[in-house]
Amino acid sequence: MAIISRGFHGRRPPAGRKLPPGQYETTGFPVLSAGPTPWISTDKWELSVTTETGRRHSWDWTALTKLPSETPTADLHCVTKWSKFGTRWQGVSLDVLLADVETAAEYVLVSSYGGYTTNLPLEDLLDGKAWIAYGYDGRPLAPEHGGPARLLVPHLYLWKSAKWVHGLELRENDTPGFWESAGYHNYGDPWQEQRYRGD
Amino acid sequence: MTAGTPADTGIPRDAEGGYIDGNALAGPLAELFAVDLTAATSQCAHCSNTGPVASLHVYRQAPGLVARCQQCGQVMLRLVRAPETVWLDMSGITVLSIPVGAD
Repeated sequence: MAIISRGFHGRRPPAGRKLPPGQYETTGFPVLSAGPTPWISTDKWELSVTTETGRRHSWDWTALTKLPSETPTADLHCVTKWSKFGTRWQGVSLDVLLADVETAAEYVLVSSYGGYTTNLPLEDLLDGKAWIAYGYDGRPLAPEHGGPARLLVPHLYLWKSAKWVHGLELRENDTPGFWESAGYHNYGDPWQEQRYRGD
Repeated sequence: MTAGTPADTGIPRDAEGGYIDGNALAGPLAELFAVDLTAATSQCAHCSNTGPVASLHVYRQAPGLVARCQQCGQVMLRLVRAPETVWLDMSGITVLSIPVGAD
């Protein structure tokens, strides 16, 4: 008798929630990484924003966590096809961090401890769409999920939400990051299923 | 050690440290090359360390395969497999020494 596998299809999304095309729901929180997990102590942690003129702004851990924080709830969509609904975060909006940064740049190259990079338009970090997140589900963000702090840009595929974020370089020109330079889509909108270059 | 595939995610779970050895490259590279590149010796473009491709540290719990130098940890090879295209970046390798049969 032939064995017919129906394959793995995951679960249906909860009522009222919609999955982007090609995604399935997971209730776990898979850990994806292109390298070893950097362990950064908060007393040595720093985030910098460098403008296209070379002006550098920086925050240490104390300065970051003194800023007003928000507690966004977000659905995550990974390009490897899993989605996770209703994740709860704590972090500082990029609107707060960039409020006093003068720039005419249109693009951002994000860099992380460990060497990872990703690029996105500056406007995708503004107007309540992105955070520097340091808390997850009521606890400090664990290193395997990007702690002590990661970028959170939930309207784009999760590779844009750089773990272990360290620097934001505001640029006049767009520069592809780690996955964008290796075949992945430059923008990565999950609702348009922009997975690979040319999608 | 290579563990299984958590049913909830479909993503393979690798050993402590998050990587497995370069033999994991054998299948994906066999789709592209006529020779087994895991039998080759590679030189790292970052630290010049030379060693077997099979000894690289391969991270595959990611959107693509990332092979890192076992000496300095820098990226030597990236491979992304889309349905109709494979992107292969070997800019982290300066020289590949590939054993072939004698004439």
